[in-house]
Amino acid sequence: MSGHILEIRHLSKAFGSHAVLKDIDFTVDKGDVTTIIGASGSGKSTLLRCINLLETLTTGEILFHGQDVTKGKINPSAYRAKVGMVFQSFNLFSNMTVLANCMIGQQKVSHVKKEEARQRALYYLNKVGMAPYINARPDQISGGQKQRVAIARALAMEPEVLLFDEPTSALDPEMVGEVLDVMKSLAKDNMTMLVVTHEMAFARDVSTHVVYMADGVIEEEGPPAKIFTNPDNQRTREFLKRVLNS
Amino acid sequence: MFAQLISDIGSLWAKYGTVYLTGISNTLILSVVATLIGCVIGFFCGILQTIPCGPADPFLKKALLKFIRIILRAYVEVFRGTPMILQAVFIYYGMPYFFGVSFRDIWTVSIIVVSVNTGAYMAESVRGGIMSIDPGQSEGAKAVGMNHWQTMLYVILPQTLRNIMPQIGNNYIINVKDTSVMFIIGFSDFFAVHKMVSGAVFKYFPSAFMEMVGYLCLTLFASFLLRKLEKKLAGKSDYELVSTDSLVMSAGTYSLPEDAVSPFDEISKDYKGGKS
Repeated sequence: MSGHILEIRHLSKAFGSHAVLKDIDFTVDKGDVTTIIGASGSGKSTLLRCINLLETLTTGEILFHGQDVTKGKINPSAYRAKVGMVFQSFNLFSNMTVLANCMIGQQKVSHVKKEEARQRALYYLNKVGMAPYINARPDQISGGQKQRVAIARALAMEPEVLLFDEPTSALDPEMVGEVLDVMKSLAKDNMTMLVVTHEMAFARDVSTHVVYMADGVIEEEGPPAKIFTNPDNQRTREFLKRVLNS
Repeated sequence: MFAQLISDIGSLWAKYGTVYLTGISNTLILSVVATLIGCVIGFFCGILQTIPCGPADPFLKKALLKFIRIILRAYVEVFRGTPMILQAVFIYYGMPYFFGVSFRDIWTVSIIVVSVNTGAYMAESVRGGIMSIDPGQSEGAKAVGMNHWQTMLYVILPQTLRNIMPQIGNNYIINVKDTSVMFIIGFSDFFAVHKMVSGAVFKYFPSAFMEMVGYLCLTLFASFLLRKLEKKLAGKSDYELVSTDSLVMSAGTYSLPEDAVSPFDEISKDYKGGKS
């Protein structure tokens, strides 16, 4: 079979008669840091939610190591455990401490023993610099801290791919940096990531592959050097001109 | 006047003190047990009504869920829409007709009636409580691979419980007072004692006075305990930074130096990540 971790084939999604995604095709390989850029409403987040099966697609296939995960043959929970997701609004469990947030999935889904789950949680909380806050609850820490905990929670499941749905869009400007730093260090560790973002500097400097979406279709994709300096597509050029000059 | 009242209460208490106390304890036991069972019923109904069901699910599942929802709807509407005093009579005297058995045990009938009645109210509270939880919470749970039941058990229901704690308290206090209608089938609760004693010695006001004070004590104490419980469920209002744990780096460090892979590598070799 194919060597791709994720392969999206002819994915379409419609809410009623409104087509949000039209015939999306792309692949994610091990170690890729793929960023998806594009204007608001272009379907970027919906695409990510479809990949994590939080939305049911209208047509198309999502292949995970060559196996279609959309037809019910593969347990969606088992698949989601291997494809982590970081949300724009963090979605930390508000009834648990920071440490419990990073342990519960390991214990209940991967059946890791408590002590090992704790060690693993602390390992990743250290990675994102949040280990001192293990006893805090999500409503007691700042947005940037929440997002770093959310990243640690996703990492603690040791996923093969990590999806980021606009991880910095809900943050105050001064907190964006700390989250991007963590993401950069993950990229350096060869974590496979698929990132929907408005942070053009991140897309340009960190990612290995850039996908530009507009009106539910992929207009152009390629290495960042190409997309950011010499895009083929007229719409890509206009979009980048608009966001880079602002 | 007051002297008369106090001496009347004194004589009532001397003669019937234990009867009043038994009444209080019966009321207390019935309302606590029935509220707890009612909560269980309510949570059960609330969970059943919020099982997700999309157009992609098999027909059998959809039909079954539809059926369950209709039954639960009927249950809630019937038991919320009729007086509890009537429900007690209905069940107590109805059983022999339908099942050929009669509950001669007043306790069993009383607990069933009050629990089922409370459950009908709680079902709606729980449903509302579950709906009020941010959908992001269950998305977060799904994203780490939890199935519906795990999501409910570990993430949604604990938060629901915290949110509907005032409702549970409400129901409990209502039950303390409303179990008094169970005298209709002969349950000897606190109020039934008043009827019996005042009927025997014709001291209506002194007895009623004691009843008022007794019920107030019961409900005030319950309010106090519920407040404590709510505080406990809300968790600590502060937290301590952890810096003594050997696995934890010193506090306040978040940004990694550009060239370091992970600062943790130098701290402990116990656990190595599966990746990197």
